Amino acid sequence: MKLGFFLREAVRAVRRSAAPSFAALATVLVTMLVLGVFIPIVQATDGAADTVRGRVEVDVYMQTSAGAADEVRVRRELLAVPHVHSVQFVSKQQAYAQQSKADPQAYELLGANPLPDTFHVIPDNPANVLAVRNALTPSGHTIDPAVQSVSDRRDDTRKILEVTNLVTITAAALTVLLTIASILLIANTIRLSLYSRRREVEVMKLVGASDWFIRWPFVIEGVVVGAAGALLAIAVLGVTKVALLDPLANNWTLIAAPRTIPFTALIVVLLVAGVAVSALGSGLSLRRFLRV
Amino acid sequence: MAVSSKITAPMHRAGRPAADPASAPSGPRSMIEFRGVSKLYAGDVGLDQATFTVRRGEFVFLVGATGSGKSTLMRLLIKELEPTDGTIRVAGHDLQEITRRRVPYFRRNIGVVFQDFKLLPSRTVYDNVAYALQVTGGSRKEIRAKVPDILRLTGLSTKLHNLPHQLSGGEQQRVSIARAFVNHPPLLLADEPTGNLDPETSIDIMRLLYRINRTGTTVMVATHDQTMVDKMRRRVLELSRGRVVRDEAAGRYARDESTRDLARRLRAPSAPPPGVQ
Repeated sequence: MKLGFFLREAVRAVRRSAAPSFAALATVLVTMLVLGVFIPIVQATDGAADTVRGRVEVDVYMQTSAGAADEVRVRRELLAVPHVHSVQFVSKQQAYAQQSKADPQAYELLGANPLPDTFHVIPDNPANVLAVRNALTPSGHTIDPAVQSVSDRRDDTRKILEVTNLVTITAAALTVLLTIASILLIANTIRLSLYSRRREVEVMKLVGASDWFIRWPFVIEGVVVGAAGALLAIAVLGVTKVALLDPLANNWTLIAAPRTIPFTALIVVLLVAGVAVSALGSGLSLRRFLRV
Repeated sequence: MAVSSKITAPMHRAGRPAADPASAPSGPRSMIEFRGVSKLYAGDVGLDQATFTVRRGEFVFLVGATGSGKSTLMRLLIKELEPTDGTIRVAGHDLQEITRRRVPYFRRNIGVVFQDFKLLPSRTVYDNVAYALQVTGGSRKEIRAKVPDILRLTGLSTKLHNLPHQLSGGEQQRVSIARAFVNHPPLLLADEPTGNLDPETSIDIMRLLYRINRTGTTVMVATHDQTMVDKMRRRVLELSRGRVVRDEAAGRYARDESTRDLARRLRAPSAPPPGVQ
């Protein structure tokens, strides 16, 4: 009976102030869309960065003049370094074959093979990659005269992390701004509703309605608007996912990245966020404009 | 609700209207008690050391020029305002001791009627009255039982499904009285209830208020209508610049009379009231 009364009052109010309700609904919709798109994307890029970070190894490049004897000696020296799990040798011919397959035209232009022999040194534990690298380049020199340079994948990792951070920060900033806009627009809707129903509020106070009895219809009105926005966003995301992403998922590993949020969880997150945002907006207006 | 239990305990109504307002009432027999109540608005005086008592079941007029403090007094009574100084007791409750949270439950014991009716324009007569019960948590059954009853008492049985703008001013005021009285509060406050109405309609409204008074409800009416006050011959409290300057029965205090007699007397041309030389 009571809940029914509140719902009827809220729906009545939404219908009466259709324009501001629609503006608030649209903003919540956009906010939830952005949130719904960025959560998986941020997770996917994070996952990509993790993959690169997980591929930790130290590359040891030989002098181009190094011969087979050097190779054997260096391999022995590398295996003697603490924390080295295994060593993989890629000869310059193998490297050339690999790279020229990836970009045949560029390597045809080069004519000669510019690539050195390479050892991929894999540490026993990814955390020890730095220790291994330092052991291979004691005091600025390389471990063996036949070794030209030593590098790890930190640069690659750093680049990917930079991109990921940029995406995350942009998404977070956008979400924060849109959330603020949503809250303010919901607050405005409720404020207008309060204004158009000031008579009801006055009468309710006069006949002795309790504070929360007066507040609930407005809170519900805001939440109805917010939840409607979130539901629409979920519908749009769902249609997009089924129509566009699912057919591509086999070709594009990023979408199928196992670490992205499952769709049902995303629905729950968006609904909760939508309702929370609208409850906040309603509360803001009620605090400021409803003196009960 | 536990919170409300203390305040919602019924304030018992006196069985009959008070016979003699001159005797000094005190204790639980008084409905309203003002003790040195002052209200200052940023330098302006709203009410100045007002002290008076209204007994249960009395019918009291509150007169005075605009700005004399009538509305301030009414708003203090429903705890819409806090006094700057002094104590107000309603049905034995010290208003100062009622917390903000309990104010709504306190207000359920007071019916309030205004000059501008304060009806909800988009709801029918029935819904306007039912609304008062709905928002105070009345059950459907209670609403179905009480609303037709009160509408019959106020003579609105044929207007149930009309909207307020389809009614005359007098009828609208009846609806607002019905809404104020549907819970049968022991105290009814009316702020200029006839301010917008013609004399004949005013008489009907006064008759209705008197009928409510005869059920044992204490009624306090603030008004400008001097002739009405003179003819009704009830207790009169006059305010001037926030002070109570007169507290007496106008003419000979009219005793327990029927509403029909009252109306007949009110309609009579202003001859000197019987019993006054």
